[in-house]
Amino acid sequence: MIVFNEVVKQYPGGYTALAGVSFEIRHGELAVLSGHSGAGKSTLLKLIAAIERPTSGSVSINGQNVSALRPRAIPYLRRNLGLVLQEHRLLYDRSVDDNVMLPLVITGHPPRDAAKRVAAALERVGLSGRGREMPAGLSGGEQQRVAIARAIVNRPSILIADEPTAHLDVAYANEIASLFKSFNAAGVTVLVSTHDERLFAQHSPRRLVLHKGLLQGAGA
Amino acid sequence: MSNWFYLHGRAFMQALRRLASQPLGTLLSALVVGIALSLPAAGYLLIDNVASLARGVSGTPEISVFMSQDASAEDIAAAEKRLRGDAQLAGYRHVTKDEALRQLEKGGLGDVLGGLTANPLPDAFIVTPRGEDPALYDSLHARFAAWPGVAHVQLDSAWVKRLHALLGLGRSAVLLLAGLLGFALVIVTFNTIRLQILTQRHEIDVSRLLGATDPFIRRPFYWFGSLQGLLGGCVALATVWATVHALGGPVASLAETYGAVFALTGPGPHESAAILGFAAFLGWLGSAISVRRHLAERLT
Repeated sequence: MIVFNEVVKQYPGGYTALAGVSFEIRHGELAVLSGHSGAGKSTLLKLIAAIERPTSGSVSINGQNVSALRPRAIPYLRRNLGLVLQEHRLLYDRSVDDNVMLPLVITGHPPRDAAKRVAAALERVGLSGRGREMPAGLSGGEQQRVAIARAIVNRPSILIADEPTAHLDVAYANEIASLFKSFNAAGVTVLVSTHDERLFAQHSPRRLVLHKGLLQGAGA
Repeated sequence: MSNWFYLHGRAFMQALRRLASQPLGTLLSALVVGIALSLPAAGYLLIDNVASLARGVSGTPEISVFMSQDASAEDIAAAEKRLRGDAQLAGYRHVTKDEALRQLEKGGLGDVLGGLTANPLPDAFIVTPRGEDPALYDSLHARFAAWPGVAHVQLDSAWVKRLHALLGLGRSAVLLLAGLLGFALVIVTFNTIRLQILTQRHEIDVSRLLGATDPFIRRPFYWFGSLQGLLGGCVALATVWATVHALGGPVASLAETYGAVFALTGPGPHESAAILGFAAFLGWLGSAISVRRHLAERLT
């Protein structure tokens, strides 16, 4: 469960990205966060992953107050989140397998078990048998799939994606949207930010619309 | 615990791969570290060799206690009794006046001594102290001189003092050199790790986003610094051994001209382990400071 309670985020210089946002996403929900560029979507997702701290208010994940976490505890929070970031953030000098395996290496999974999980994750995103390839040799959509496989390989209970369909053509973007729906169908709480909520419309998601740092709608 | 070993093993292998991936850079760094370390290491060995050479050439320092001509047999016996029970002495030898005279006669002074009506030589004790501390020699000298019947105590400790002073100076110089060069090595490693962190900034940021802890990120850099130091230590050892090998023959020939048998000795197992350990420690220290400095800023 993700709970925002009167969250304000101001950046140095006085820019207010979020101006008092409150909402709740229950376990197993699929929520789509939309809004124009600069509406505060990325800031909201960064607050969930403790990449940013709120200026006031609180953010809770599964009952844990993220805003009050000590720096040492933050990595353990992130291990329970699946993060898909803008620009993929892949390691281009590593193979697809190595990229997807990174979260498992971080958590110290035994190599044999990790290899099985990587293969399963790649199969889930439709990249079975492509593990030895380098990311630079893949298309934009395939690279995004690798990033998604990396996000789900640790079997997180919450999956967060920041503009996962940006820079993709419609066909690829629809495939990625279907993938997120399939994860949600498997019981994963999914929060996706997008500039084009029509992509997810057919999956009947919960809609969160941000406008100038304020939430406009909190239900589907 | 097994996970801890696994993560360290992985970090160790990662550091090895990074070293192997840039062989020229690794070689140059190892040479810089090795050559810098070989100077104090060679200096230490030089002092060690000089100390053993000095001991070999000059023998063990002794104190000669000469009794007076009119010392009674009781005085001589009392002095010998005191020497026998003294824990600060490694040994002593009593040279009676008759024995001293015979030695002089054997030495070719028979004609001169033949003209004397009485033996002019006194009884004497040749005393070997336990240890080479100049202060011990001074205190023994003062104590022997106060005994009844003792006419003169001859203490040849000047060379001991000079040797100690020289060796002390040499050791201080080596320590100073080791400190300065050690500091330089820490800076070299600091800079190498700084560059490594810069080139791996993206990977570090991604790892943090995926839940990597600070120890997870730091471990490979610690191993990298320690391994680089260790490689430098190996180069230093090789340099010292090569020097010993190259100079061993000429030094032995030089010693032979003075009638001495002397061979340069290289670092033993303990010295070798100390050099390697010191080098690895310096590498670790440089990487630890660099990592603390350059990984301190948090991801935003």
